[in-house]
Amino acid sequence: MGEAITFWVLAVVSVAAALGIVFSRKAVYSALMLGTVMISLAVLYAVQGAPFLAAVQIIVYTGAVMMLFLFVLMLVGVDSADSLVETLRGQRFWAGVAGLGFAGLIALAIGNAVIEAAAPELPVGDNVVQIAQLIFTRYVFAFEVTSALLITAALAAIVLAHRERTAPKPTQKDLSRARFRAFAEKGRIPTPLPGPGTYARHNAIDMPALLPDGTVSELSVHRSLVRDADDDSGDERVREAVRAQRAVEKESGE
Amino acid sequence: MQPAEIITETGGVIGASWLMIALPAVGAAILLLFGRLTDRWGHLLGTAMSLASFAVAVLAFVELLGFDEAERRRQVMLYDFLPAGSFHVEMGLLIDPLSISFALLITGVGSLIHIYSIGYMAHDEKRRKFFAYLNLFVAAMLVLVLADNYLGLYIGWEGVGLASYLLIGFWQHKPSAATAAKKAFVVNRVGDFGLALGIFTIFTTFGTVAYKDVLANAGAAEQVTLTVIGLLLLLGACGKSAQLPLQSWLLDAMEGPTPVSALIHAATMVTAGVYLITRSGAIYEGAPTAQLVVTIVGAATLIAGAIIGCAKDDIKKALAGSTMSQIGYMVLAAGLGPIGYAFAIAHLIAHGFFKAAMFLGAGSVMHAMNDEVDMRRYGGLRTVMPITFATFGLGYLAIIGIPPLSGWFTKDSIIEAAMHVSPVLGWVAVIGAGITGFYMSRVMFMTFFGEKRWASDAHPHESPKVMTWPLILLSVGSVLGGGLLIAGGTFAEFLRPAVGAPEEPLAFHPVSVPGIVTIVLVLAGAAYAWTKYAKSPVPEVAPRGSFLTTFARRDLYGDALNESLFMRPGQWLTRLAVFFDNRGVDGIVNGLAAAIGGTSGRLRRIQTGFVRSYALSVFLGAAAVVGALLAVGSF
Amino acid sequence: MTTHYLVLSALLFAIGAIGVLVRRNAIVVFMCVELMLNACNLAFVTFARQHGNLDGQIIAFFVMVVAAAEVVVGLAIIVTMFRTRRSASVDDANLLKN
Repeated sequence: MGEAITFWVLAVVSVAAALGIVFSRKAVYSALMLGTVMISLAVLYAVQGAPFLAAVQIIVYTGAVMMLFLFVLMLVGVDSADSLVETLRGQRFWAGVAGLGFAGLIALAIGNAVIEAAAPELPVGDNVVQIAQLIFTRYVFAFEVTSALLITAALAAIVLAHRERTAPKPTQKDLSRARFRAFAEKGRIPTPLPGPGTYARHNAIDMPALLPDGTVSELSVHRSLVRDADDDSGDERVREAVRAQRAVEKESGE
Repeated sequence: MQPAEIITETGGVIGASWLMIALPAVGAAILLLFGRLTDRWGHLLGTAMSLASFAVAVLAFVELLGFDEAERRRQVMLYDFLPAGSFHVEMGLLIDPLSISFALLITGVGSLIHIYSIGYMAHDEKRRKFFAYLNLFVAAMLVLVLADNYLGLYIGWEGVGLASYLLIGFWQHKPSAATAAKKAFVVNRVGDFGLALGIFTIFTTFGTVAYKDVLANAGAAEQVTLTVIGLLLLLGACGKSAQLPLQSWLLDAMEGPTPVSALIHAATMVTAGVYLITRSGAIYEGAPTAQLVVTIVGAATLIAGAIIGCAKDDIKKALAGSTMSQIGYMVLAAGLGPIGYAFAIAHLIAHGFFKAAMFLGAGSVMHAMNDEVDMRRYGGLRTVMPITFATFGLGYLAIIGIPPLSGWFTKDSIIEAAMHVSPVLGWVAVIGAGITGFYMSRVMFMTFFGEKRWASDAHPHESPKVMTWPLILLSVGSVLGGGLLIAGGTFAEFLRPAVGAPEEPLAFHPVSVPGIVTIVLVLAGAAYAWTKYAKSPVPEVAPRGSFLTTFARRDLYGDALNESLFMRPGQWLTRLAVFFDNRGVDGIVNGLAAAIGGTSGRLRRIQTGFVRSYALSVFLGAAAVVGALLAVGSF
Repeated sequence: MTTHYLVLSALLFAIGAIGVLVRRNAIVVFMCVELMLNACNLAFVTFARQHGNLDGQIIAFFVMVVAAAEVVVGLAIIVTMFRTRRSASVDDANLLKN
């Protein structure tokens, strides 16, 4: 009974989260949803007599893999929201047909399968010890090969991430000149941008700085935060700044 | 009487007779391989090689005379040529009276013509190449006559064909020369085709191509087979010897330099057909039908050549017509069987001398007249060029058969032999001799007698000694050759071990009915020519003439016949093939390509380049596989 | 009870597949691939329970290891791609077409 309740709750959660991965506009949300699914599955592993796997699932997946995903998302740009408009004709329709059809077929197969009435119990004893015994006896060769795979993957990542420097490293002098050239040609501000939170009553990076004349500095708040600040919370002046920044973006966009 | 046995020989000069072939071959190789390095002395080397070859031939001849008559067919084994399973050819040389006669003629006349060419080609840029080709020709011709098997003969046969092609087209900057060379090559190909088939048939019949075995066993073969072989060999002979119906190339071949015309297209190469028929005597004796065809071809050609010779104004072409006619005599004689072989070869040798003398004389005249060949622009040259006149005149008297010059002995012998076998053939030969009297007199009178009709810039002069000495030597041969060979049956006796002899040898009768008729006809022809071309003025431009004249001028419409029978249908066939290839074959291929191209053009739209599209296809495929598995499993 | 787990696994797998097909952001596509792998793992664990031995769990374990390696390399590729093209959209990587 306890297992059934756990299953149904987690099943609903994981399916919903899975759908969330597919349908959320922002990649960060997708990542969080994926984390949810993984934790749910970890619990289901534990329920099904696989405590070791449950732990590994949490450590490897929700720990390491999800970390990597989020890290790369930050590198690529956390604020880049996907357009959900499909550009390939018929792609969504056929993807839906194929996915649902596949799920239906698998379900049909499961339904048709002759499943032994009474599922035998798992071997009695410590799950971790038993798995260790299997890994270092019957699956020792696969295990060793896996180590080679991991080393290869690590090397591959290093090679892929490594960038050969083709031009000499720019000195501070070069960078300074480039900044002022950009200022002369494109009007970019050569100095560091003003920091947020000046005169803020609480420590917040979404609080714009105030200029000497009392107006807000639009440059002091990061764009991604500005977008998120489209609600009633926060300072009135922030909202003003947001609107002004949006207008500027709109103009430059058009 | 049957030919003698062939004995294998290793030592002596005969054992080294391969030198005869090797010397000129080496000469040709040096001249061709070292190119311009040899420009300054190449002609001397070529002549020296030819003379050396002649010396070897003379020594071999002397050694051969030292043997008993029954031992005069000597075979020199050289090496295993083709040891291919059951097809085993050993290359060797057969030195017997027949081949040594040819070798002497080829190297002797060849050497004289080499010497003559030193003067004749003195101003030609490509003189070295000319001598290289001449040496190549001598080597190939010697292979042809000395080989002890049909395959060796074929190699030489093709070799002389190549040399002939190269030399006819020697001045290939002239389109006419290039065309003539090509024509000679193509027409000869028809003949060679026959020869090749003949040799194939010989091999399938006798299992070997060696003369020794083939000729000894010829009697055992079926008559039909022998007839087929004989006719095929005759086709080869017709091509090489310019006999009907493959005569058309010889007149055009006169585009080559005159020494070439003298050596290849008068004295030696064109007589290869006679050699072939004589050598294959044993085969023809077993095939009377083939023999009959040979005599008919010979008789027809001797008349046709004579008629063509009557109408030509080009001195070399007139002589070429005469060559055709004289070879017709030889082929006729060779077709008569053992009774005629010796006469055919005797006439061949005599003809080699007097025709070479006349051709070289013609060359000397042309040399003096700025390469003018039209006899209508000659006339009255006898005073300006006395040596040329004398030597040409002796050759002329020899060819028309004035006793006691060569032609009288040899031609009369042929006529008598033909009379002996078939009066019809005999009288054809007599008539041919009469026509010969007319057309040769015409050449003689138009060139050396009558008034001068020279071109304004012509300043004729006698040729240098290097050219006149060969003329003198050849004319001596023309005068004495026939008598030495025929009188007393010496030559027939000499040739007997090689070609056999008739049961009752035909003695030479100096006075006989056909002989007298012949001389009367010849004199009549000469007299007619005298009135027409020496006494009365010769127009500088040829008059239109009767139908017969046109007929003869057009080479008896031989070219027209070839054109309408072979060339035009060939062209149509080619056009049809081209059309079929363009529209049919290419159409299918191009259509297929276009269809595939079009289909691909449409199919490539499926390839969007979007990974997701491909992934979708993969996933749909996976779903389909699962569906299929389920479907299979549920049944 | 195992049947339920299997159906859940199939459902998650299908959702992951649909995600791979419809999303353009390479990172999200990659997440969906991970989701599919996780669905497979669930099936393995369920089969292990069904058959009463631990081999399924071992396989799931190896799948996790391989998935970790795959994530490392895959994300490195995505980063490299982003570095050169300033975009993480799989539709922009269509050099195959031209």
